[in-house]
Amino acid sequence: MIKAQHLNVKLSGKSILSDLSFEAQPGHVTSIVGPNGSGKTTLLRAMTGDLAYTGRVEINGRDMQGQKPWELATVRGVLPQASALAFPFSVVEVVNIGLQGGRSGQSSTVASAALSRVGLAGYAHRPYQELSGGEQQRVQLARVLAQIWHPVEDGEARWLFLDEPVSALDISHQLQVMNIARDFADQGGGVVAVMHDLNLTAMFSDKMVLMANGHIKAAGPVAEVLTNDHLSSAYGCSVAVNQTPNDPVPFILPQAAVA
Amino acid sequence: MALAIDADLVPVDRLSRARKLHLLLFGLLIFVSLGSLTTGATGVALMDVLWKLLQGQELSQVERIVLFDIRIPRLAMGLMVGASLAVAGAVMQGLFRNPLADPGIVGVSAGAGLGAIMSIVLGGLLPLAILESVGRHLTPIAAFCGGWVTTILLYRVSTRHGRTSVATMLLAGIAIGALSGAATGVLTYIANDAQLRDMTFWGMGSLAGASWGKLAVAGPIMLISMGGVMFMGRGLNALALGEATAHHIGIEVQKLKNLAILAVAASVGAAVAVSGGIGFVGIVVPHLLRLGTGPDHRALLPNAALLGASLLVGADMIARVIIAPAELPIGIVMAILGAPVFLWILLRQRGVVDL
Repeated sequence: MIKAQHLNVKLSGKSILSDLSFEAQPGHVTSIVGPNGSGKTTLLRAMTGDLAYTGRVEINGRDMQGQKPWELATVRGVLPQASALAFPFSVVEVVNIGLQGGRSGQSSTVASAALSRVGLAGYAHRPYQELSGGEQQRVQLARVLAQIWHPVEDGEARWLFLDEPVSALDISHQLQVMNIARDFADQGGGVVAVMHDLNLTAMFSDKMVLMANGHIKAAGPVAEVLTNDHLSSAYGCSVAVNQTPNDPVPFILPQAAVA
Repeated sequence: MALAIDADLVPVDRLSRARKLHLLLFGLLIFVSLGSLTTGATGVALMDVLWKLLQGQELSQVERIVLFDIRIPRLAMGLMVGASLAVAGAVMQGLFRNPLADPGIVGVSAGAGLGAIMSIVLGGLLPLAILESVGRHLTPIAAFCGGWVTTILLYRVSTRHGRTSVATMLLAGIAIGALSGAATGVLTYIANDAQLRDMTFWGMGSLAGASWGKLAVAGPIMLISMGGVMFMGRGLNALALGEATAHHIGIEVQKLKNLAILAVAASVGAAVAVSGGIGFVGIVVPHLLRLGTGPDHRALLPNAALLGASLLVGADMIARVIIAPAELPIGIVMAILGAPVFLWILLRQRGVVDL
């Protein structure tokens, strides 16, 4: 599991997160939500080792601080919000760069399987830079999947960190990507995702963490976090949570929110 | 910084194609090297000499001097300088994640040249103990330090949060070039005649001063840094996705950056110390290779070494024969060949460079 304790992060002298604790279980999709500037991405980036922090972050019981990048790369993959590519690599070459970081190593079938998984099977030899933003984002997801192809290896869960994975995608690809995350968790891996869309979050997550002003406002099962009170105070506008009739998934209509 | 590709599809398995290119480029290298040994101001023909050697005949005094003291050291120097500059260019472009980064264009060569000139003019002011222990290594060491400081400065100035701004990088290169030019100007006032001659030679770049002595000093530096760079291919590939992603994939980014900067400074410093400011090798060679066989650094770096060596030896051949018996500084030949290519790259990626 992922366990962060007493986490403090300062960015250019300003405290962004202070004394924050966070947990995520394998087999779960754990989503971090909250208004812009609430510290969601900062929390994720501290847990992926991109930001300096004080406190302790554990991955599968091991302190992250003592581990080399290549050791971390075999247990967790990270999908950033946006990726730039400096040189004209082809799609499959980009996926292979990720593949080499993980333990599935030289397996040539993984790259094409990962591309099929994100619905880009015929795109292997297209120049990456000529794809649309949404396609590029899915290639990046395939790269991350190739890196940690087996959700469980040696009895240990792999982790997928996603920073707003669906922000550039149309609705069908949003569902596709969230289903990939869901499957990864169902097969025993762990997923930690920073999300903006509360409805998708409610549909696909097991646990939710609601952040505001660098603090955790609420954490737990979706139904406990997605409440009128929590959302209204975190987002600073009156939000009404509804439930779908048959299978009770909470949803939020922006039309029903009052600023 | 997208480079447009004309074809819709990228060839399948470019990497193995790029690796097959090693052999072809090696053949080119042999061909150009033989050509370089055979052409020159004096009429020593290689075939005659080889024939004589094969038959066990004594070479004439002139033949021996021309071959062993002039052409072979010059060839070896050309090969090493060309390979070093091309590889340094490819590494810098990988490090800065930009195909326009070139040691000559962004001022690393200028910084190394300034170091070299300072060692020529001001070297005498150093305490005798240092001078004696460093000896003839002083100029290469000074050039290396100049190149190193420049590369670090350039990286600090142009890179923020793991992203490189092309505009800042190129502008910083202009500033560093101007500063180095001004400092060189000041030094001309206090230099004596011999030093002035040496300094003029730095400006234009030439392999004419090649000797076994210089080769013994600069050669090992160039070979070691080139050898080290050959292990950076995977890291530089990952770096193309940004520093954060490279870290996520398992690359020790800070270590890679430090080593890459060190290698660039060492190879450019050593190359500049023995041959002056030869530009454009570092941009033309990697660019052509990327167009041909793709950007994978694992194949690009060795190919760049081979093609860079051939290109510089070829350019040196042109420099020697075009106005024989005089010779053109090779820096001028490279600029004539390289500047249009640089402009062509700019034209092709106009609109995608975030200037």
